[in-house]
Amino acid sequence: MAQLICNDVKLGYEGKTVTEHLTFEVNAGDYLCIVGENGAGKSTLIKALLGLKAPMSGEILTGEDLKSTEIGYLPQQTLIQKDFPASVREIVLSGLLNKCGMRPFYTKAQKEYAEKQMERMNISHLAKRCYRELSGGQQQRVLLARALCATGKMLLLDEPVSGLDPKVTAEMYSLIEKLNREDGITVIMVSHDINAAVNYASHILHISSTPLFFGTKEDYIKTDIGKAFTCQTGGAV
Amino acid sequence: MMEMIAKLSEYLQFPFVQRALIVGVLIALCSSLLGVTLVLKRFSFIGDGLSHVAFGAMAVAGIAGLTNEMILVLPVTVIAAIVLLATGGKAKIKGDASLAMLSVASLGIGYLLLNVFSSSGNVSGDVCTTLFGSTSILTLSESDVWLCIAMSLIVILVFVFFYNRIFAVTFDETFTSATGTRANLYNLLIAVITAIIIVLAMNLVGSLLISALVIFPALSAMRVFKSFRSVVICSAAVSVLCSLTGILVSIMASTPVGSTIVAIDIAVFAVFYIIGKKG
Repeated sequence: MAQLICNDVKLGYEGKTVTEHLTFEVNAGDYLCIVGENGAGKSTLIKALLGLKAPMSGEILTGEDLKSTEIGYLPQQTLIQKDFPASVREIVLSGLLNKCGMRPFYTKAQKEYAEKQMERMNISHLAKRCYRELSGGQQQRVLLARALCATGKMLLLDEPVSGLDPKVTAEMYSLIEKLNREDGITVIMVSHDINAAVNYASHILHISSTPLFFGTKEDYIKTDIGKAFTCQTGGAV
Repeated sequence: MMEMIAKLSEYLQFPFVQRALIVGVLIALCSSLLGVTLVLKRFSFIGDGLSHVAFGAMAVAGIAGLTNEMILVLPVTVIAAIVLLATGGKAKIKGDASLAMLSVASLGIGYLLLNVFSSSGNVSGDVCTTLFGSTSILTLSESDVWLCIAMSLIVILVFVFFYNRIFAVTFDETFTSATGTRANLYNLLIAVITAIIIVLAMNLVGSLLISALVIFPALSAMRVFKSFRSVVICSAAVSVLCSLTGILVSIMASTPVGSTIVAIDIAVFAVFYIIGKKG
């Protein structure tokens, strides 16, 4: 069974459909990239996958020991976080909250686990620094470390490189690739960046008001829509 | 100088001064703890809005002839807080508009009711006391003090026990609920303790000045400190010291308690602002 299955899902707000007939599945170790224009329902789909919003019809299932609360989410930056006084360590630790149960505080083992995730993201030296003073790329690493604290199985990344400069963008992509290839973490990435999608992803879901494409990257490039989009953004594989 | 210290130690013998100091410290501590979260969640004005609601409720309680106004004021304020904070983004009328609406409506209706139905001869005096706190902190009874101690203990315990969760919900609500923590529940909790603090703090600084007690210590601490924990601790320390000094100064100089505390809070904020710029 796949880790995540969407079965004829219809999403929308207050009775208005944003996107429908979404049927796809994500297997362990996949790297799925969800692309589509603004307003195509990407953010709505994210909320639905995270279990924050119920689909209007259809079903979203998780399997293979994955609980819906075990999806490590990398959100887009919010306004609140821009001037939030918090140390890197405090933020990374907060990813472990779902493993606390009724306990009010983190255990020693949990704290060590958080330290390991910081090492993994190469931000150990920043542990005491204030989040708001870091560069965009460093902030994303912090949030990625937090997501890794919440899960070892699946990451859901919402526009992980928006606002980053080209060099940092490339670093971020290779970091994500490493997590996917070497650690076997399933990655679902929502992105505007079709080039990166065809470069890194194993599968592509292109959505609009109805899904335009779901399948492997290789097949996507051959379709008319895939060709149109990859040419439009000037990308070659 | 010696004269002032002698005068001060003489005042400290009076039970009403001791009570005022105990209550002042506790209220300052509680309001600053929650203040950090409220400021960061962009709910700075919530204290102001809720205190107006509490004013309206107090007017109604006064007219109804309730001897213990808390019975009405506390639940009404708690409900208002839940409606404002917990419904958050879902409401049709967005945050600041619904807050402004609720706050002026209760202020207006409260004052209207007081004027129409009040049996007291000095309506404007009563209103002024409720709005600015004036001397009520110095006229606390022993039961007032115990109530305040009990409520403050609840607030502090809840805050310490749920510290990590409150941090997570404040920093990133979406992530927290996505990973299986019931963020709405903690928003509700924050709303309820905010309301409790507001009602308690009305005794100290009055309706109009509560916001200052909630936001100034947090804002001062945020200028200088860089982790959530240090901001919370610093904000609590600043708040307690400012309130203590404020109460003592107001007794010595016969100034209104609430506004004296606020003036000191502002001065401390200015100092922290300059330190923050340099550091």
